[in-house]
Amino acid sequence: MHETAAPAVVHGPPTTFLSKHVFSLDHKVIGLQYYTLALVAVVTGMVLSWLMRIHLGWSSAAIPGLQVLSPNGAPGGVMTPEYYLQLMTMHATIMVFFVLTTAPFAAFGNYFLPIQVGAEDMPFPHFNMMSFWTTFTAFLILVAAFFVPDGPPLSGWTAYAPLSAIGKNAGPGEGTGQVLWAAALGVFCIGQLLGSLNFISTVLDMRTKGMTLARLPVTCWAWFITSCMGLTAFAVLMPATILLILDHVAGTSFFIASGLVLNDQLVPHSGGSTLLWQHLFWFFGHPEVYIAIVPGMGIVTHVLVTNMRRPMLSMKAILYSMWALAFLSYMVYGHHMFVSGMNPFSSLVFSFPTLMITIPSTVVVLIWIGSLYGSKLRINTASLFALGFISMFVSGGVSGFFLAQPSIDIMLHATYFVVGHFHMVMGVAAMFGIFSGTYFWFPKMTGHMMNETIGKIHFWLTFVGTYCIFMPFHYLGWAGNVRRYAAFTDDFLKPLIPVHQFITVAAIFTGAVQLLFIYNLIYSRFRGPAAPANPWEGTSLEWAMPSPPPWNNFGGHDPIVYHDADQYGVKTASGADYIMQNSPEQALGTAEGD
Amino acid sequence: MSHSEVALGGQHAGHHVPVMEPSPFAVPAKKLAMWLFIISDIMTFAACLVAYGFLRNSTANWPRPFQSSTIISVLIMTFILMTSALVMAMAVRAARAGDRPAAFRLSMITLVAGLLFTLLHVREWFGMIGQGVTLFKNPWGTGLFGGAYFSVTGMELLHVIAALIALLIISLGYKSGRYTAVDLENIGLFWQFINIVWMFVVPLIYFMNLAG
Repeated sequence: MHETAAPAVVHGPPTTFLSKHVFSLDHKVIGLQYYTLALVAVVTGMVLSWLMRIHLGWSSAAIPGLQVLSPNGAPGGVMTPEYYLQLMTMHATIMVFFVLTTAPFAAFGNYFLPIQVGAEDMPFPHFNMMSFWTTFTAFLILVAAFFVPDGPPLSGWTAYAPLSAIGKNAGPGEGTGQVLWAAALGVFCIGQLLGSLNFISTVLDMRTKGMTLARLPVTCWAWFITSCMGLTAFAVLMPATILLILDHVAGTSFFIASGLVLNDQLVPHSGGSTLLWQHLFWFFGHPEVYIAIVPGMGIVTHVLVTNMRRPMLSMKAILYSMWALAFLSYMVYGHHMFVSGMNPFSSLVFSFPTLMITIPSTVVVLIWIGSLYGSKLRINTASLFALGFISMFVSGGVSGFFLAQPSIDIMLHATYFVVGHFHMVMGVAAMFGIFSGTYFWFPKMTGHMMNETIGKIHFWLTFVGTYCIFMPFHYLGWAGNVRRYAAFTDDFLKPLIPVHQFITVAAIFTGAVQLLFIYNLIYSRFRGPAAPANPWEGTSLEWAMPSPPPWNNFGGHDPIVYHDADQYGVKTASGADYIMQNSPEQALGTAEGD
Repeated sequence: MSHSEVALGGQHAGHHVPVMEPSPFAVPAKKLAMWLFIISDIMTFAACLVAYGFLRNSTANWPRPFQSSTIISVLIMTFILMTSALVMAMAVRAARAGDRPAAFRLSMITLVAGLLFTLLHVREWFGMIGQGVTLFKNPWGTGLFGGAYFSVTGMELLHVIAALIALLIISLGYKSGRYTAVDLENIGLFWQFINIVWMFVVPLIYFMNLAG
């Protein structure tokens, strides 16, 4: 029996409201569901950051209504230090998992990966549907932590043991809240596993005729690489969360060392290792950073190529660099643990690959900039956000060179310098990737164009706003401002409070600017001008179908692919400067003779 | 059956069949998914076993309770599991040759062997519990031992039981024609994987904690 790949069509058209909009098997609907989830999550996460920022700027200010959410955590509306940490934990967990992982990877990937490879759907639509609903369940479990008596956990999104493991005596939220947190992440891992399975098999087994691996658009590669990381990284987080839950509910002591004294009492557990949690967590945690950023790199490359109207200097180098990032991301996790008490020799070992990982990052950035140089970039909101991504990635990445060295990291590790670093390089940069993708693909997803004027205002205000928020973090860090403190009462920190107040104002302003984006999304969805099939004159297959696409993508006609997705800046018989992937037309030369 | 129907294991027959590029690994999507799941599961088991090694190294007073009787029992269990792996491989070969009755018979033997392994394993668990081993204490040394022992072997046991349930469903479905040879091969793959994991569990958990 000869076995070929060639999976067949996997489901018919939806027939009921439920099968069309709720428990849909259609990868496009699932992508939109993920996007909506990310949108809800990002608003939640942003509001949490506002609450924290207000407290950091004006620590005695009462925030109206906060006492309703947590009478104990914010008596009279003024949050306790513990409640600050609880909000911080939830802000980070929601943002990292349900926004930065969900939107660029699961949302856009689900929607566009099958289309870009020319398939009608993913090979396992039921897994795909389960993947979304599992992730949604994880979100509900996590948010439920707000509503249990002690509130959400305060141990940070990294949940360092023993704080996270010894139970409710460790502080508010360290009982039920922490268990819910761990359960949510465990469930999230299952969703990611199902999603990654589908993504990888879509790329390998569902490509239409002519879509060789070499002709895949860069976004497909980015999602593929991310899936490979997702498949392996979340598989390590899951047992870690299970062991953490066992420490809470079954009396084990995997992450609790012997002889631990808490409130003058010996903790009855014995035998575990606090460092083990960090090893397990960061072995997942560092690839997670690249899970958040690599799809953004793909989207940015895709958007830039389309708008530059010419290929990248070397698409291959970008692909190899993304692979290198993924590979190295498993070797550098120890750089999060330079001050953990780990053997200093290990720090040295982890420092080398950490410095090495800057090489592929730099290669990608140099190719972007080199390709942009002298190009007649079409300025639209999508390309502006792509440029913003590069800017943020570089500004945030440069501080990584400092932090990669243990001797410097020891000074900066527990300061706002690190907070500024990761917010820019993986937080805001990834967000800009999401924005870029949204403005770029919105016409395809909804059949309506977004308002470009509002979009450009949104970009400029967000761009300036985020720099105002996160650049001063670096300064605070140099000045010795420690992280995770709810208020600054020490003498040497008091002069920094005005900086915090500035950041708070910038954060509220930048957050408010996002209302423009939400307005643009909702208004354009219903009132935006009708989108043509190919508004940006792109070459990849998503532009070879109506906007929005029918349930079976290509209407039952399989596209045949003749080119890679980089056929821009070419002379054609029709006068267009590009050739679509599914067009048999051959280029007559380059458009400008260069 | 066309190639693409083979690829999805014969489901959705009669539907529009797209023209596709060949898979670089020439595996149908279902089998690819199983391989991917195994890769993911390898990471999960690796995390558990590395965590176990880490804890064992970093914790004082690690008990070494296993007497030769336990080791003999474990060797018997290993022998049963290895035999079942061989039988499963024969079942897959029979299925590939289209011999449904033989394939079904062989996978039922695998199932029985797996059940025997499970029973012996549960018996061993009860033996440990009878000696006073719980998740947080035991008569010999650090309380962590019980947690580590039950977690790692529990993970293995959970996989075995899940695989046996899946094997039962797929074998019955294969016999009735609902499932194909690819499906049987898939569960066979998973069975082999679990057996390989056991090869890591035995030395780490049992041999290294031999009394004396």
